[in-house]
Amino acid sequence: MSYYQGLQAEVVPFRGHNGDQGEAYYARPLRPGKFPGVVVIHHIPGWCEWTTEVVRKLAHHGYAAISPHLYFREGGANESPDDLGARIRAAGGVADAQVMGDVAGAMAYLRAQPNATGKIGVIGFCSGGRHTYLAACTLKDIDAAVDCWGGNVIVDNPKDLNAKRPVAPIDLTERMTCPLLGIFGNDDHNPTADQVNRTEAVLKKLGKNYEFHRYDGAGHAFFNNMRDAYRPEQAMDGWRKVLDFFNRRLAASTASIAAE
Amino acid sequence: MCSYIVEKTALVGSAKGRKGWMRIDTANVYYDHPYYSTLDHVLAIDFTNEGEGGRDRIAVELSAESARALVDRILAALASGDVAHGAAAAPVAAE
Repeated sequence: MSYYQGLQAEVVPFRGHNGDQGEAYYARPLRPGKFPGVVVIHHIPGWCEWTTEVVRKLAHHGYAAISPHLYFREGGANESPDDLGARIRAAGGVADAQVMGDVAGAMAYLRAQPNATGKIGVIGFCSGGRHTYLAACTLKDIDAAVDCWGGNVIVDNPKDLNAKRPVAPIDLTERMTCPLLGIFGNDDHNPTADQVNRTEAVLKKLGKNYEFHRYDGAGHAFFNNMRDAYRPEQAMDGWRKVLDFFNRRLAASTASIAAE
Repeated sequence: MCSYIVEKTALVGSAKGRKGWMRIDTANVYYDHPYYSTLDHVLAIDFTNEGEGGRDRIAVELSAESARALVDRILAALASGDVAHGAAAAPVAAE
């Protein structure tokens, strides 16, 4: 077990969908060694401060972590991410295909680093959880995926599908090739507990490698300590589940510091 | 849950932001997770000038209760304006 906690965090250029160059927030342990990588997919409001905290937390626990700024095409690095997010929202959001291209680009960035083991996990929150589910079904060479309360994996109203989001992720489950961890609050309205159950039923029916954890007394975004939704006990247990899953699936080169 | 649901309305007005006063022609209204507020959900309004590219905005994030109260007070102020100023407070079509 290593207790060396030094890390380096920075904004780096990366190549996303169609080779477009954007920015990503990247953090890695400073101690010698090789490290598995994790891509962190941010939520719709944008590339927020809490997202960068998640990246640093994963680096603290022995991962080279990167969060691509999914809205970089909308403006420069000097513009506030929330302003970019507002413009993206007004324009109807980002297309699933573009996000998948950006995630694939972030994975390539991680694998190109000299300290990479080559193992890659993906984790996303809220809409990023949905994107993580999509990535697990459509991108190659993901070793572990963590969907944190991703809504709209199941689309009950076909009118909610459009050119940017043409397919319900649940309908791609057959193509899922990596283990999936799901973290959900039972008080969440999207996904509801019923939708989580229906998603699990599909995963089970198709024989997929998954594990779901549900929390009472928690709703949406209960890891987020910058929101009233934060539930410390459930969040701490959830983080333990996430880090244990990544350690098992990505075989961290050095033991993670216990999430206690 | 994060969604891309946006209620957009054209309007005539002006607003003061970090660059001073600006004309605004659009309000994007949504109820979703905030960027800044600690609330789980907020009623957010982005006032922009799409005619000038829409890159600057004046943004607010309100609790649902305070947003409803604000709507009520806006209507009350307009009703009082009708009494005090006559037709001046009548609805004006957006340009």
